[in-house]
Order: sequence, then C-alpha cells, then structure tokens
Amino acid sequence: MLIASDVTKEYMSGEQKLAVLRDVSFTIPQGAFVAIVGPSGSGKTTLLGLLAGLDTPTRGTVVLDGADLGALSENDRARLRGEKVGFVFQTFQLIPTLTALENVQVPLELRGSDGAVERARELIERVGLRDRGHHFPMQLSGGEQQRVAVARAFANSPRILFADEPTGNLDHATGQRIFELLQSLNSESGSTIVLVTHDSTLASRASRIIRLLDGAIVEDTGAPPSVPA
Amino acid sequence: MTGSIWNLAWRESRTARRRLLLYMSSISLGVAALVAIDSFSANIIQSVKDQSRALMGGDISFNSSKPIPPAVDSLFDSLSRHGVAFARVTTFPSMAVVPRTSGTRFSQVRGVTDNYPFYGKITTEPAGRWKLLQQGPYAIVDPSLLTTLDAKVGDTLKLGFGTFTIIASVADVPGAAGIAEMLGPRIFIPARYIAETQLLVFGSTADRTVLARIPAGTDPDKFVKPIKTRLESQQVRVRTVTQSEMQTADAIENLSDFIAIVGLVALLLGGIGVASGVRAFVARKIDTVAVLRCLGASSGQVLTIYVVQAAAMGLVGAAAGVLLGVLIQFALPHVLTGFLPIDVSVSLVPSAIVEGLAVGGWIALVFALRPLLALRNVSPLQTLRRDTDADVLRMRWTDAPRIAVNVGLVASVIGIALARARTTKQAFAMSAATGMAILALVASAALLSWAARKGLRKRWPYVMRQGVANLYRPGNQTRAVILALGFGAFLVSTLYLVQHNILHRFTVAAQESRGNVVFFDVQQDQGAGLDSLIRAGGHQIVQTAPVVTMRIAAINGKRVSDMLPVQRDQRGRAGWALRREFRSTYRDRPAASETIVAGKWFSDSSLRAPKDTGEISMEEGVAKELNVKLGDVIVWNVQGVEIPTRITSLRKVVWTRFEPNFFVVFAPPILKGAPNQLVLLAQVRDERQVALLQRAVVNRFPNVSSIDLSAIKRTVDRIVERVSLAIRFMALFSLAVAIPVLFSAVSATRRARVREGVLLKTLGATRGQIARILLAEYSLLGLLGGLTGMVLSVAGGWAVVRYIFNMPFAPPLLPIAGIALVIVALTLLIGLLAGRDVFRETPIAALRDA
Repeated sequence: MLIASDVTKEYMSGEQKLAVLRDVSFTIPQGAFVAIVGPSGSGKTTLLGLLAGLDTPTRGTVVLDGADLGALSENDRARLRGEKVGFVFQTFQLIPTLTALENVQVPLELRGSDGAVERARELIERVGLRDRGHHFPMQLSGGEQQRVAVARAFANSPRILFADEPTGNLDHATGQRIFELLQSLNSESGSTIVLVTHDSTLASRASRIIRLLDGAIVEDTGAPPSVPA
Repeated sequence: MTGSIWNLAWRESRTARRRLLLYMSSISLGVAALVAIDSFSANIIQSVKDQSRALMGGDISFNSSKPIPPAVDSLFDSLSRHGVAFARVTTFPSMAVVPRTSGTRFSQVRGVTDNYPFYGKITTEPAGRWKLLQQGPYAIVDPSLLTTLDAKVGDTLKLGFGTFTIIASVADVPGAAGIAEMLGPRIFIPARYIAETQLLVFGSTADRTVLARIPAGTDPDKFVKPIKTRLESQQVRVRTVTQSEMQTADAIENLSDFIAIVGLVALLLGGIGVASGVRAFVARKIDTVAVLRCLGASSGQVLTIYVVQAAAMGLVGAAAGVLLGVLIQFALPHVLTGFLPIDVSVSLVPSAIVEGLAVGGWIALVFALRPLLALRNVSPLQTLRRDTDADVLRMRWTDAPRIAVNVGLVASVIGIALARARTTKQAFAMSAATGMAILALVASAALLSWAARKGLRKRWPYVMRQGVANLYRPGNQTRAVILALGFGAFLVSTLYLVQHNILHRFTVAAQESRGNVVFFDVQQDQGAGLDSLIRAGGHQIVQTAPVVTMRIAAINGKRVSDMLPVQRDQRGRAGWALRREFRSTYRDRPAASETIVAGKWFSDSSLRAPKDTGEISMEEGVAKELNVKLGDVIVWNVQGVEIPTRITSLRKVVWTRFEPNFFVVFAPPILKGAPNQLVLLAQVRDERQVALLQRAVVNRFPNVSSIDLSAIKRTVDRIVERVSLAIRFMALFSLAVAIPVLFSAVSATRRARVREGVLLKTLGATRGQIARILLAEYSLLGLLGGLTGMVLSVAGGWAVVRYIFNMPFAPPLLPIAGIALVIVALTLLIGLLAGRDVFRETPIAALRDA
C-alpha cells in the first residue's frame, strides 16, 4: 500500500519559490496498476521521485507499506528501495560496464542475497533474453536493454515498481511488448506498478489513471467519489 | 555481503580500469624516484660497509704528516707481540720521469711494506706481479701514467734521485680510482727504497700511515680507546674502520637529502595528478552511482566500490613505479662511474621496494579519496533528472568525512616527510614549504578567476570572451590546472636552479684562476733558479708564496696540550684544527682569491717592523673550527720557536679557485727568516709548453713537484658534467611526472568541455573559433601557472642551496624564463589535444549522450 498525503514540493528558482507539486493526495492499494499522466512540466517525474523515496517532499508524507519515507535517513531509504522497490527508466539506465546478466544481479548483490546468479538467469530467460545474458548494454538494441531493465526491476521481487516513460525511447511495437511484459509480471508477482507516461493509449490500459496539471491532480479515475458540495 | 561488493567493484571497473590506471600512473614516477634513491643509497651504504676494510687496507689507520715518533713506534712494537700486525704506507708527491720517452708527470708515490694491504686485493697487469714488488727497486703504476708518459712495462722510472723498473700496471685497487687519480696517478714502490729518492727532506709534503690488523673478533673502536689520547698528543691521527664508514656515509648525505626532497615533491605532484584524474573518473561515474543508489546501494556501499577500485589501481601504479625505480637503480652505477669513491654493488633492497609500494599506494589512495567522497552525495534522483557534473559533485566545507580526509592528507605528507628527512625540523620545514607552495598556487588560481571575471570586456571578440569566461564559470578547471602546472614547473625549475648554482660555482671559480701550473716543495735556495728557468721559457709567474710549516702551541694563554679534545657537533675547538700542521704564508696584501670579512688587513706599523705580538689574518672557516675571534692571541710553534700573534682580520677564501690558498697569513716581518719553502704559480701557454717546462724543472730540481692545473680542471669539468647529467636527468624525470598530471587535470573537466564545444558547433561555431577559445583559456592558465611555479622555485631553490648545500644563491633569470615558456607551450599543446574530442564528436552523438 502506498499513501501520499498532501504532498507538496517546492524549489527555489533564484529568489523565487516555485511549487512543482501542491497538496497531492491518493492511496494506491497493493497490486494496482496505476498510470500517472500529464503534459511536460506538470510534475509527473517529481511525483515519481517522491513516491519512490528518491527525494523527500517539502510538506506532506509518503508512506510505503507503513514506512514514512520522509522520516527515514537517505541510507534507510536506499535499503527500503533495495528490498521493496523496482525501477524502469526511459533511458534504461543499465550500468554500461556490466553485462546484461550482471546488471540484473546488482540489486541482489547489494543486499548480499544468496543465489543471485541463478535468480538473474531465471529473470533474463523470463524476459526472453536467454542468449543475450553475456552481452554488454551497448551491444543490445533499445528494446532488449529495456527488457534487461525490467528483469532487473523484478530481481528483488519488489512490492512496488516505478516506471518512468518506459516506452518513451522505443518504437511503438517494442513499446507494446515492454508494456505487456510489465502487465504480465504485475499479475504474476502481485507487485504494484506505478507508470509515468504521456502516451494516452498506454495509460488507458492501466487500471487507474491519475492526471496532473501544473502540480495538482485534475483527475483520478480510482479515487473515491467526491461528495458534491 | 562484502564479498558481493568486492565482486561488483571488480566487475564494474571492467572498462574503466585502463583509464583509472592511467590516472594512477601519475604516482608511478614519484614512487620510481623514491625506490631508486632509497635502493641505491642502501647499496652505497652496504658497499661502504663491505669495502671499508679493503678501502682502508686494515682495521685501524694511524696517520701523521711527520715521521712516526719513536715513542709511538715502540708502542706498535709492544702491540705486535700481542698479535697485532702492522703495515706502513708513506705517500708523497713526486715528478715521475721516464728517461726513454723523456715524459714527466706529477704523481703520488706510495712506499709500502710487504704486508700491505691486509684487506682487499691489488691486481696487476700482467697478473700476479704485486707479490714481486718487494723483491727489488720495482714500481707498479696506474695505467694512466703509462699512457701520459708513453711508457710501457719494463721501462725505467725516475723518482727524485731514485731509479725504478716498472714491472706492472695496476688493474684493480679497492675503491674506484676516479677522484684519487685526479691529483696524479699512483706509483707503488717498496718502502725500503724511499730513501733513495731523497725526496723526503725537511718540510716536504708526505703522509705516513701505519695500518693495523687486530685479532679477529676484536672491536677496533674498543681497541684504540686506551691508546688514542696518547697517540693524538704525538700528532698521530687514529681512524678505525667504523669511523671511516660513517664519514663516507656522511659525505653522500647532502646529496641524498636533496634527492629525498625531490622524491617527496615528485610523489606529491603524482598525488595531485591522482586527485585530478580521479575527479575526471568520478564525473564519469555519476550516472552509474545514481542507478546503484536507486537499486538500493547505501552511500557506504557506493564509496566502498570505488575506493576498492582506486586502491587496487593505486597499488598497480605504485608497483609499476617500483619496477621502474629498480631499473633506474640498476642503471645508476653506469651513469655515476668514476664519480663515487667506491665500487657499488647493486642488489635489490626489499625494504625500499616495500616502502615504495606502501607509500605510493597510500598517497594514491589518500589523494583519490578526496574526489571519491563526492560520490556519496550523488542522489538517486539523478536517474530521473540529471544536473551538471559540478552541481552533483559539490561538497560542503563542513562535511565531516571531507575534513577527515583533508586532515589525513596533511598528516600523511608530514608523516612521510618525518620518515624521510634527517631531522624533525627539516621535515616540518619541508611540509610547511610544500603547504605554502600549494596555498600560493590555489591563491593565484583564485586570483586568475577573479581577474578574469572583473577584467572581461564586452567589446572583446566572442572567442576571447568565451575563453576568458571559461576561467571562472561554474565547474571551471582553473584551480586543478594551475595546481598541477605550477607544482610541476616549481619542481623542474627548482632542480635546474639548484644544479646551476652548485655547478656554476665550480666552473666559474676554476676559470678565474690566473695561473695554470703550480710548483711546490721548492726549497728556499732553489727559488731564484726556478724563477729564472720559468721566465726564460717566456712564461709568466703569477704568484710566489713562501710556505712555513707550524703548529698551534697555545690559544689565549692556554696550552693546546691541556685542551680536551672536542667531539664532532659539539661546541668548542675542533681537535683536527688544533692538532693539524698549518702551512702558512706571509705577505703584505690580500690575494685576489680572498676578501676580508671582519677586522682590518695588517697595519702599516706591523708591516714595517716585527712587534712582540705579530698580526695574522685567519680564514673564517678554520677560525670557526678553532672557536677563535678577532683579537684572540695564538702562539705558534714554528719548528721549535714559539711566536705569539693576534688575529686582526678574518678572510673569506674562494678555495675552488685553483690557486695557492692559506688558512693563516702572517704580517711579513714576524716570519721573515723562518725556514721556509716556496710555492710558485705560473701561467704557461699550452699543454705542450707545460710538458716541456715540467721536464726542464724536474731535470734541474728533482725534488720540486708541479701540477698542471688545466689537467685537474678538465677532470673537475668531467665530474661536474656527470653531476649535471644526473641532475638534468632528474629534471627531465620530473617533467615526465608533470605531463600525465597535467593531462589528468585537463581531463577532469573534459566531458563538460566536449558537451559545450559540440553545442557551440551545433550553433555554427567553426573549428578555428573553438580552437581559439581553447587557446585563450589555456594560454592564460599556462602563463599564470608557469609564472607562479617560477616564483616558487626561486624561493625553493634559494632554500635548498642556502640551507642544504650552504652556498650562496643567484637565480639565472633567462633560463628560468625559458623553462616558463616551455611550460606554457606544453599547456597549450595538452589543452589543444584535449580539445581534439570536440572536433571529433558529431553534434548529434554528443547531444543524445547529454
């Protein structure tokens, strides 16, 4: 369960205070598939960073599985990410000096889990890259790289997975396949998936859509119906 | 868990290893210098230890410039009944003549008894002739004598009035010949034939040495202790093998002090190179670290991964340095042949190797830690939104680990200085000087940034403005480059300054000498004859000085025999100066090679008639050794007659000027009439004339010796050449250290630079414009870095020359400016090379990457 309450994020832009997010609140139950949409500059990526504990809000709280992320230290948040959170990025963000297989091993090795190699091999097969495991990222196509990234995201069986424009750098067909992969892994593992995108067709396939504009929620298809004033 | 981190560190370093190793190689040359220096001096000290018995020829040497007194002889007799063996060597100068070729040469004759030497072997050519030496009037000579006199084995050799047959040349005598042969080749003859030469007359220069071999297992120092004072009161100097070891070791200390400082500075320069290289490395790793942080890596884990990588590569860099150092160590004896007083046997020195590895690895790690710490602060947010490198890596001044690393850095430098310098004071002076140099460079970098910001004018052409603006914009490289550049320039130019000052002094002084042949051991009644003989050949006599031998009887009323001998380094009167035989002169004017530094030259009255207490002028160095000052009264024993004198002036003497110089000069009336000898300095045109004159003199006055100073000057020049070669090698070596450091410094900001250059290209900038922007920036950096380095090196050179070598200092400005120009050119070259990437990369590739 992920609960955001009155989350506000402000930056100093020169002398001026700039609110990128304003009083954003919602609750995402375990296992949901949520898409966050909105135009450029609406605060999608900032919100993702806050939900994943990569950053802390200026005001408000983000509670992931009972842990208030804002109250944790940077290293405790890192540990929490290592245990419960997975990431897929628009630019794949594979470590260029490691092979595909080794990239998948990283989260497991950081936790010191046993059997990292077996688990990584299993996942690489699951995303259909059995023969490409020993290739370096630059030897793989964009779609293949993103599949490695998905395998890495699921390596530690995360409770929640954040995907930032996962298909943004891919052609339409490849994007579709990545999306389907995410969907099937979501149903297999029971992980929550939070997807940031401005591709409305993709978003429409999520179970819930949260739409942002200028740092505030303008639509939430999964929110309890508001009581008309 | 740690195991996995190590694995990850190893795998993650895969493609970066070469680059990281390149940065770490900055440390290699510094380590190489340390290892080479430490190993070689350990080899020298060991060789001195191994060879000191052979060098001396016995366990103890007793030495006197007068015949050994009967009392001492009877002491030796009684000792020899207790298993102590004695051998005698009498050394004196003589002109050697080979009648067949009529060649003459000033030589050192050594009359030896049949058991000489006790230790070490003298080999001859033809082999096995040394044991035949004692069987008749034979001579065994240095090969150089045969060459210069055009003689061969079997020839007759005349020494004074004695006639000898050359039965062999010397193939090998313990100790390298180089400097010993400078004054004249050695001629060994049997001691019992010395009298036949009739050269050892009253007042002639000769050195009598008695060598003792004591029973095995006896400590030479303990052995001589009970008899030492008795012998010294008889003017017999006593030296043991252990003492001579220490003296030889002392002699190389000055030089090794200097080289140790160079090694340390080279190491620090390497450290600076590592720091800026690792900064570049860290900038490339921001993205990876951000991903690792997203995937749950703690800041500690991230730091561990990269510290492990840096430490491993630092160790590899240090190991490469060790290897290079050992190669240099093995090459050094070839460079220094004939310059060292011993044969150095080269072997690996494990302690130097381990120390080089440890010190190099540690310095690399500490200097790498500073930039690496910045990786802790890389936020996982950078995966979503990338800031500039400079913004990501910014650290606060108050960051505790950063302060700890800075403290560790300073402590390491001081620690290594303490371990290497001879005294604590020197170590702190060295550390403080290094710290000040770095501060000065940082300050001048700040000044440059400030001046660039203030001085920038809108009306300048765009490329110029852009280049100058690069000096102060966020994430600029001004400090890194100025630091690397200035420190490198400082090192190279200090080496040059020190070399110049030390060697210049020798060569200039030798050139200033007005004469080139000196005649000595001239008896009083031979003076007029020799004078006319020289003038008859059309040569000029530059100086004639009477020489009177004497000893000190009393100082300020206290007898020398009542004075306690003073140990080395203690305040008081040095024993050697109290007991030595002074060869003094008298004259009414100071010589050209000396200047009065205290008091006044002899008064008119003292020049006219003898006084009760005569006036003398003393050389300042010996006055210091004797602990006497102006106005002190010294009573001299001049061949049995006591003559009281008062010191009325102190002189500074340029000893390196090849002219007859004296510790003590008397006002003439006091010494006139004392039995004396003469020294004559003549100016003779060329080498052939010198040979002719020497032959004529030796035919008429066989006891008169002469030295061809131009020959000595040539030998000195050769040695000076060798030393300059060695120092120039070191300077070149430091320049070699500076280049990778400069490369590292430039590459630290390479990425930002390429991105910006490509952006400019996209906006329509031509290659030429981009090159000119770089040119503007790098020429300013080079100019200021070079200039600061020069100013620092003048200060550093002055300190080294003044305090380590105790010499006056004069900076040669033109060559220094030349070095500065080379540095500027080098900076431009490296800057433009680094700019190559801007031209190579296509705009689209760089923008996509960004």
